[in-house]
Amino acid sequence: MTQPKTSAPLGKRISWNDPGVRSIVYQVIALCAVGAVVWFLVQNTLHNLSVRNIASGFGFLNREAGFAIGESLIDYGPANDYRRALTVGLLNTLRVAVVGIILATFLGTLIGIARLSKNWLIRKIASIYVEVMRNIPLLLQLFFWYAIISETMPGPRQALKPLPGVFISNRGIKIPWLQGEGLSWLVWGLLLAIVAIIVLSRWARKRQEKTGQIFPIWSVSTALIFLVPPLLWFFSGTSLSIDMPELKGFNFAGGITLSPEFAALIIGLVVYTSAFIAEVVRSGIQSVNYGQWEAAGALGLKNSLVLRLIVLPQALRVIIPPMTSQYLNITKNSSLAVAIGYPDIVSVVNTTLNQTGQAIEGIMIIMAAYLTVSISISLFMNWYNTRIALVER
Amino acid sequence: MSTVKTPSVALNDDAPAVRSSIWGWMKSQLFSTPLNCLLTILSAWLLLATVPAIVEWAFIKANISANTAQECRGTGGACWAFIYEKHRLILFGLYPYDEQWRPLIATCILLGVIVLSGVRRFWNPSLVLIWTLALVAVAILMWGGVFGLKFVENSLWGGLPLTLILSTFGIAFAFPFGVLLALGRRSKMPAIKSICVVYIELIRGVPLISLLFMSAVMLPLFLPEGMSIDKLLRAQIAIIMFAAAYIAETIRGGLQAIPKGQFEGAESLGLNYWQMMRLIVLPQALKIVIPPLVGIFIAMFKDTSLVVVIGIFDLTQAAKAALTDQSWRGFSSELYIFIALIYFVFCYSMSKYSQSLEKRLSTGYKR
Repeated sequence: MTQPKTSAPLGKRISWNDPGVRSIVYQVIALCAVGAVVWFLVQNTLHNLSVRNIASGFGFLNREAGFAIGESLIDYGPANDYRRALTVGLLNTLRVAVVGIILATFLGTLIGIARLSKNWLIRKIASIYVEVMRNIPLLLQLFFWYAIISETMPGPRQALKPLPGVFISNRGIKIPWLQGEGLSWLVWGLLLAIVAIIVLSRWARKRQEKTGQIFPIWSVSTALIFLVPPLLWFFSGTSLSIDMPELKGFNFAGGITLSPEFAALIIGLVVYTSAFIAEVVRSGIQSVNYGQWEAAGALGLKNSLVLRLIVLPQALRVIIPPMTSQYLNITKNSSLAVAIGYPDIVSVVNTTLNQTGQAIEGIMIIMAAYLTVSISISLFMNWYNTRIALVER
Repeated sequence: MSTVKTPSVALNDDAPAVRSSIWGWMKSQLFSTPLNCLLTILSAWLLLATVPAIVEWAFIKANISANTAQECRGTGGACWAFIYEKHRLILFGLYPYDEQWRPLIATCILLGVIVLSGVRRFWNPSLVLIWTLALVAVAILMWGGVFGLKFVENSLWGGLPLTLILSTFGIAFAFPFGVLLALGRRSKMPAIKSICVVYIELIRGVPLISLLFMSAVMLPLFLPEGMSIDKLLRAQIAIIMFAAAYIAETIRGGLQAIPKGQFEGAESLGLNYWQMMRLIVLPQALKIVIPPLVGIFIAMFKDTSLVVVIGIFDLTQAAKAALTDQSWRGFSSELYIFIALIYFVFCYSMSKYSQSLEKRLSTGYKR
């Protein structure tokens, strides 16, 4: 009688019935297939490049760009090289993303709260806003806002003045800005205030844990933020003046300009994304069980404390992950700038591509730039998410 | 913030006496607290300042019958006559004028299939057959060249049918691809898992525009010499690749929600991997993710408008083309509002459908 075949001692035998063996075979096949496809594409690309006499590599970055860029945060002229031009594009993208994220968070939170308002009118207006804005493609909204600003708005001479010093015309939006050496003192003062608040809140928490005494950290922080920068400027004795835009000849002088492209892009992005953020905020607040409100009330907390200590920490846990994807969406959607002529990274790379023919390098630069930004945002939000996550005991 | 901290007060409002009359309703809904009064007055003022003006512009002073732009400008309202003048260009693009009944029928077929897919009675394998037939019919109608239909190059396709084709074909092909990617990401084989993870994260990390640019300028370099794919198909491939990554992530969420016992139960019945997935796991996982999937479909429908940047003649691009007519300058708002209305009708009905579906499919308890 032969021995029954047990797998354990004779495990070295290779059999198709062994899931491990099968899995290895499948994986080798998959890797080979992917490798073959990549090899096929790379071969074709190399062949096509040599046929078309395109030198690959990033050497073109040091050549002179030779095209002007409408708006730039750093000094740039056509004589600069492509590297500088791409940096300008990247900075423009980041500027739109940062401003857009801040404004959309603010507006979106406001509308999300308005959708839960007890006031019927406010609730209806907010829900109509959300339904309309999120169901119209962003690109169309950008075209619409751009057309409104560049076609429907009056010229500089008849510019709209919604607030003193603010001019809206078809040349963009003009707003007053601070000028003079005092500006850097203000910035330093703000940084100092933030550092002081961080130190103070740590000390306050420690003291509360030890003695139970509550330090009024919120009012003190607000006072610090608003008082430290002006005081620092006042004692430094440097000059600071408000640069008001005014009409000179056919255009404005002074102040800072938001170009029509930038203004349309920001309005479009903020209006579109805030509708999504509103839904995120609403579902976050609604996810907090009603019993939590009642229990906190039963403990004798006042409403503002209930919101800050009980409801918001629980709502944020639901809000943060979808909020992260909305922030990523703003960043990625800022690439639509190319359609209305705002010089973001996609637009600059597009011009570079057309001039040099370096298609592969160009697309790789775009993808690398967005991947870096996306990954940094999601890393930061993941860090924040773990910080506020539920600690189960 | 005070508007949020209302639940304790909201309970009192449920008292029937307050609700019974209009005054009671207004008191509880509009004027319950000083802050509420202020908000009501402010928003009412805002509405009074804007809504009558908009109604006057869009309806009362609007011109729907003018023959020239000059006539239209005189009225001071919206010029809907411009839309009427250009509607064939906006809806069908550059498709030969006499043949435009073909894209019209194709559009109706696509809409019919989409509506049909929403009816639960048709959620069975025959739906695949219906879809295949419909897509083939659309292809025949659009291209022509058989049954005595004139051949029409796809560079002439445009307008609404093109938008619908890009989104429906995109979703129809991205869906199976997305399912495979989701299964791959949940796989226990490290090589397959990492291939899928890299693909999904790479695609989700970059904007659709960069993929479209890639399809426009890089794809021709990838292909062997003498072989070329036309621009529309390249854009379609980019949309499919993009949608697949997002669909995969959604379906992965559904797969993760299936309890382990289901997998073990299927295996103990002796089912192999594909039988287990096809018969046990995927039907349950897909049911859970239908609402978010509809959300992705809406997003994809809106995102097809991005093909404008590589010069494909979809609905948005057709609108831009209509605006270039020198004799009808300055009516861009009317046109953008019209296009926005088309997109809105599609997206809004899809999202309402998804909400009703969510209600019907939710088998759990309600709060």
